[in-house]
Amino acid sequence: MVYLTRKAEFSASHYYHNPAFTPEENARLFGKCNNPNGHGHNYTLEVTVKGAVDPRSGFVVDLKQLKDVMSREVLDALDHRFLNKEVPEFLTKIPTTENLAIAIWQRLAPKLKAAQLHRVRVYETSDLFVDFYGEDFHGEDFHGQA
Amino acid sequence: MTTRNMKAHLTRRYMFSASHRLHSDEMSNEENRATYGKCNNPYGHGHNYALEVTVSGPVDEATGMVCNLVDLDGFVHAQILERFDHQNLNTLPEFSGRVPTTENLCIAIFDIVKRRFHKAHLDKVRIEETMLNSFEYAGDL
Repeated sequence: MVYLTRKAEFSASHYYHNPAFTPEENARLFGKCNNPNGHGHNYTLEVTVKGAVDPRSGFVVDLKQLKDVMSREVLDALDHRFLNKEVPEFLTKIPTTENLAIAIWQRLAPKLKAAQLHRVRVYETSDLFVDFYGEDFHGEDFHGQA
Repeated sequence: MTTRNMKAHLTRRYMFSASHRLHSDEMSNEENRATYGKCNNPYGHGHNYALEVTVSGPVDEATGMVCNLVDLDGFVHAQILERFDHQNLNTLPEFSGRVPTTENLCIAIFDIVKRRFHKAHLDKVRIEETMLNSFEYAGDL
């Protein structure tokens, strides 16, 4: 098994807001990220696929195909967009880096043919990133703990 | 409360600067010099450490988060950076009787976060001592 990672960059704006919460709760939970006019980031996306090396081509995956899928399924939809208003997933979900990594996984996984998606990593800034491996969560939930 | 959800891993990076001297009381001076080389210099030396803390868990439906960064940042600032930044590591209780290598620093920081931070599951701690070497500790697996 060999792992291959392709990097891409996109820029987008977003804000964090849950309509089920009061304005005060939103402000407390999300702080500056709750500004309704939004703010933006230069995101870095790393897509890692895995597979056996094809004996004829020496490839795990044709990088051009991977690049094309990433451009079509992810960058065309997200780059220079206001995520909350222009990307269907985020009409209902909050566009946190966590949900962004999951949405990108869900966009890519069905479109990748030769290689299997291993990890989606999204950097919101150089000091914050989220990894998603397509895992379901089973176990102890820490949310709501003191 | 979420019963079944997607699991994501969130990593936050912090910087701190500290000095240390690598010296083991269990070795002779010659052995210390041979083992630690320049790092055994009696007056110590310093590094700009980059610390990465990775937590994981279900992505909360209401907030879209594994863990609120305000909570994680608040904890790491108060419990790690306030205590370690601009300090001589050899003088801290974590390193009484323990050599402040970056391996031991990883373990010490992992233990503090694991013991006291209960808002997400701690996956691992990763520390870059310089741009050329880094260390990771995920507990005893």
